[in-house]
Amino acid sequence: MHELLEHYNYWIVVILMMMGLYIVIASSNLVKKLIGLSVFQVSVFILYITFGKVTEGSPPIITDNTDVYSNPLPHVLILTAIVVGVATTSVGLALIVRIQEAYGSIDEDEIHDMDDKDDFHIEKQV
Amino acid sequence: MIENLQLLIDVSLLAFLVLIVFASIKMTDLFVVTMLFGIFSFVSALLFLDLDAVDVAFTEAAVGAGFTTVLMLSALRLTQPYENVKHRHSVLALFIVILTGAALFYGIADFPDMGDPNAPVHQHVAPEYIQLTQQKIDIPNVVTAVLASFRGYDTFGETVVIFSAGVAVLLLLGMGQVKCKQEPEENLVLWVVVKPMIALILIFGLYVQFHGDFGAGGGFQAGVIFASGFILYSLVFGEMYARRVVPAAILPRLAALGVLIYGVTGLMSLLSNKPFLDYNALSSDPVSGQHLGILLVEAGVGLAVFSTILLIYYSFSGREVKHHA
Amino acid sequence: MMIIDWISDICLLLGGILTLTGAVGLLRLPDFFTRLHAASVTETLAAMLLIIGIILDTGFTLDSAKLMLLILIMIIANPTITHALCRAAANGGNTPEMETGNPLQSSSQTVSQSSQDKQVQTETEISGKEPK
Repeated sequence: MHELLEHYNYWIVVILMMMGLYIVIASSNLVKKLIGLSVFQVSVFILYITFGKVTEGSPPIITDNTDVYSNPLPHVLILTAIVVGVATTSVGLALIVRIQEAYGSIDEDEIHDMDDKDDFHIEKQV
Repeated sequence: MIENLQLLIDVSLLAFLVLIVFASIKMTDLFVVTMLFGIFSFVSALLFLDLDAVDVAFTEAAVGAGFTTVLMLSALRLTQPYENVKHRHSVLALFIVILTGAALFYGIADFPDMGDPNAPVHQHVAPEYIQLTQQKIDIPNVVTAVLASFRGYDTFGETVVIFSAGVAVLLLLGMGQVKCKQEPEENLVLWVVVKPMIALILIFGLYVQFHGDFGAGGGFQAGVIFASGFILYSLVFGEMYARRVVPAAILPRLAALGVLIYGVTGLMSLLSNKPFLDYNALSSDPVSGQHLGILLVEAGVGLAVFSTILLIYYSFSGREVKHHA
Repeated sequence: MMIIDWISDICLLLGGILTLTGAVGLLRLPDFFTRLHAASVTETLAAMLLIIGIILDTGFTLDSAKLMLLILIMIIANPTITHALCRAAANGGNTPEMETGNPLQSSSQTVSQSSQDKQVQTETEISGKEPK
């Protein structure tokens, strides 16, 4: 039990990571894939922040009456990662909007079908 | 007792996160999934707060729960808000995921215990950063000091990344023009309440920007909060009026100006025969040079993030719904 | 200062109970508007009580001044959010279930379904519903 509690965060991080990965692989809707990717990213953030936590530490803001601070380095890395994540999500959503306008659907299987039909049509003309 | 309370909150919040993701796998209505993702971001921000990461919690709440939800709703307006039920589940994906998960579980056994002060991550650079911040930079918020001064190169790269995302969205969508006069839907309560709220939000954004040295905060959070004020105005009063307040043409230039401020601050040190982004060269006294450097750099970051976020929002909201022929 | 400690504890406990009540109401009540009514209890009263409990616990410092400002903002913003949700639902066509005649449907102005496009069309809809 104690062993489980010591590594509890890591177990949940792996579970979240795998659920995010499942959403990315299994769903055919492009927006849902992006959401799964964001879930995956947040689980990685939780992993890093868990590494930085020190028991009975305080947030890394220097005050007069604290000795032990939590590690500030993972916080810096994750700050950068969150902003990069939102940049990626916005470009991904912009791409999805253009795909919708070009194909009329954002379902991956339907898009592949439309592409295959186009290729077949072009081959027949040639 | 306090340590157990932290652990209890930690355990329950993580359990909530798993439940939320499980629910969002099951749902097919994408509006519901977007809202669940907003809740997921909020709960993870609470979790970060519980794990002593105050700056990260701030950024995740502002960016993940605030801006990403609005962005996804705007994208769902332009595409379809439901998912095709036939194609949802796949046994092969489940198998791959279980296999990968098993491998990761095996790797977890070597991780250090949660909160162990003797873990390798706390040994090398981190105590040095905390000590050097007190000696050489003398601001209370160590995360801002590390972000802007010790790891200033990475933050410069990140600012350029967010600027590139703005450029990419501009290339893909353009900022659109609000052609016909679109009066906003009349709602007296919202109109009266939102106006002072916007003023409060903008003041709070500026407070977060300049208070980032002393408490949680900094350029990124401030940029997002400041942009949220304008996004709120656009949502309640309509795009036409919002584009009169902040014209769309000014936003790419402001973003470039933000990145330029960051770069020029680095170049000033080069002119004094010191390395790029070495703030000691900016003033006669190294400590006040660091303060000045961090102030300028955070201002550049805040400006770039504000204009990019607002630009991305304008691109999505100004796009007309085009029906495929 | 025992009295203030007791009052703070009572406020925190009451805030927790009201949050639970709101959550139960959100799950069990039948209709969107009744659920909104339950949720609004959580977001105004319960949140305010929790923050008042924390203020009494912290004493008179800068932090409690910030928390008082937060209460002020919450008093103004949270009922507005409830109002906006209710208005959006009513404009989208979601009417409350009532046993006799629906006051929302008789002689009111409704905005068309496409409230996401920002054009406003107002039509007056008068429908008579026979009470059972």
